Amino acid sequence: MSMKISNEQFPNRLEENIQNEFMRNAVSSAQHRFQTRRAAAAEQLGNWEEWRNHGEEIRQHVLANLDYYLYELSENVVKQGGHVFFAETAEEANDYIVSIAKKKQARKIVKAKSMVTEEISLNDHLEQAGCEVIETDLGEYILQLDDHDPPSHIVTPALHKNKEQIREVFAEKNGYTQSSVPEDLALHARQVLREHFLTADIGITGCNFAVAETGSICLVTNEGNADLVSALPKTQISVMGMERLVPTFEEMEVLVSLLTRSAVGQKLTSYITVLTGAKKALEVDGPEEFHLVIVDNGRSSILGSEFEPILQCIRCAACINVCPVYRQIGGHSYGSIYSGPIGAVLSPLLGGYDDYKELPYASTLCGACTDVCPVKIPLHQLLLKHREVIVEREGRAPISEAALMNAFGFGTASSSLYRFGSKMASAVMKPFGNGETISNGPGPLKAWTDIREFPAPNKERFRDWFEKHKKEGDHS
Amino acid sequence: MKISLFATCLVDLFQSNIGKSTVELLERLGCSVDFPKGQTCCGQPAYNSGYVKASRDTMKHTIRTFENAQYVVCPSGSCAYMLKEYPHLLEDEPYWQERAQMLALKTYELTQFIVDVLKIEDVGAKLEGTATYHPSCHMTRLLQVQSAPITLLRHVKGLEVIELPLKENCCGFGGTFSVKMSAISEQMVDEKVASIQSTGVHYLVGADAGCLMNIGGRMKRQNLQVETKHIAEILNMV
Repeated sequence: MSMKISNEQFPNRLEENIQNEFMRNAVSSAQHRFQTRRAAAAEQLGNWEEWRNHGEEIRQHVLANLDYYLYELSENVVKQGGHVFFAETAEEANDYIVSIAKKKQARKIVKAKSMVTEEISLNDHLEQAGCEVIETDLGEYILQLDDHDPPSHIVTPALHKNKEQIREVFAEKNGYTQSSVPEDLALHARQVLREHFLTADIGITGCNFAVAETGSICLVTNEGNADLVSALPKTQISVMGMERLVPTFEEMEVLVSLLTRSAVGQKLTSYITVLTGAKKALEVDGPEEFHLVIVDNGRSSILGSEFEPILQCIRCAACINVCPVYRQIGGHSYGSIYSGPIGAVLSPLLGGYDDYKELPYASTLCGACTDVCPVKIPLHQLLLKHREVIVEREGRAPISEAALMNAFGFGTASSSLYRFGSKMASAVMKPFGNGETISNGPGPLKAWTDIREFPAPNKERFRDWFEKHKKEGDHS
Repeated sequence: MKISLFATCLVDLFQSNIGKSTVELLERLGCSVDFPKGQTCCGQPAYNSGYVKASRDTMKHTIRTFENAQYVVCPSGSCAYMLKEYPHLLEDEPYWQERAQMLALKTYELTQFIVDVLKIEDVGAKLEGTATYHPSCHMTRLLQVQSAPITLLRHVKGLEVIELPLKENCCGFGGTFSVKMSAISEQMVDEKVASIQSTGVHYLVGADAGCLMNIGGRMKRQNLQVETKHIAEILNMV
């Protein structure tokens, strides 16, 4: 799995997913649940706007001083007996982790959920090096078992599957014979995974937040799998995006509060684990060796650009859960492991416009994402910024569209041109309608009238009516 | 009170009824309405498609056109918001930014102007029937005008206002999105139409011509009986 999850073109992905009634219903009802719970949790906390402001402030402060905090973090990880590796590219990160696996002669590796390891295709690299890699987050485990079905959501990766489909995957791959009741399914996964936890040589986790002051890693889960991944194997590797840190525990507490409420509507998740370094002399559990891999992979080029606010993201998926476009097309349509509004902004930045240039247009700019973001990323404005870059800096707009829009700019910046054009509209459009509406429009209007009626231009423009109206009565 | 109407291009070209109702309504409420003839479009179609340079000329043109206005009133939340965004969009040009700021400060969406400036909640309109109101995204989330239209509708004699289920969901218009991503737009507008139908109302009311063209056009295609009305048209029924 890499960040890119499909070689199909965007329109094909879209068509396939829009026709998937089942998936769309699953997404719609999940969104509804997430939205209701999130709103209740925010309400219960109180002063939500102030919390958001605080969250934004913390994230902006960290980004503005990222070099300082990264230095502090790495110093403290080393002080706690850990190793730190800065990976500028995905390749460097993978090479480093594979080299540890080789050094440890690791055969089996258990993993907790981590989007950044998906982004850099870590599993592929470890498997090529001969390791067996087991995902232990339930959602990720199901997807891995199902021939590496890609995640469709950054928090609940198997959102697009129902319990019946999960039962089928377990039956086909593991010989599972029990029911599709979620408890039975979970019990089966637990039994299988428990064995893997006990026999793994290396545990790999992601990192929700790294605490610079102490060199700690904070993991937020509901399944407890990250605790086993980090406690049982002798070697632990945590992989983090270079922006995912906080100065101290004080800021971590604020962001965890925002994260759990925004992601799943919980005051706290079942497990919030903070790990500091390797096992010390008098400690009873924990890894003997700890490595922190800090991944850049394109992030430092976002830093300082007009897209910097996207690095404030704490991966809560609130924007995805509220997005009306995501609701209709599901996560796989985005062609990236990062879907929804956050994905539409981030994927082109990390993966380039060649693969993701359509994503910034897959939004009505309704602003629901911006409204709900707990760290106040102006998501819809960043989508607009992408459009500007695509058109004006990259020159990738279709020629016909550019001609139309430039004519628009020209025509609407001049009163006389606009008056002339608008006067012509009625005559030009006449053949296409019945006087009242247009059912079969020409050119770009066709995409509109394939679905809906379009109003015929006024026989009398409003401005002409107004002139008469003024003459008729003494209205001034 | 002297107001200058920014009718918007959609109203000027396709929905003159909305413009007429707005003028008659404001005059009935004691305003003297002027229509600066130079006006064209707020620039949003180009701006939202990424043609920022092209839209800047349109913005400057609009600023010049309304330079002498005391109040600028616009029967569209989305276009009113666009005018209020000009200072931010012209921040690289301080001379224009300052003039944009003057325009932004005196610009109001129609219902916002009636309730907040004229301080009127009952415009004396009468209409028998049931209606539901679709709160457009830009007007609600960006311009933050939420209660004014509902307040005004609730005072219309004979009109029962029924809350629209899942009202905050976007209708799928999104300007050029409606044609560029028409497959997605279709699903979104169908979801909105289903919500409207579930209320069983006579009238769908909104305050943005774009969203109404989208929802209304879809309902017309499906031969539904719900009538689509701009809030100015409802408030102008006496």
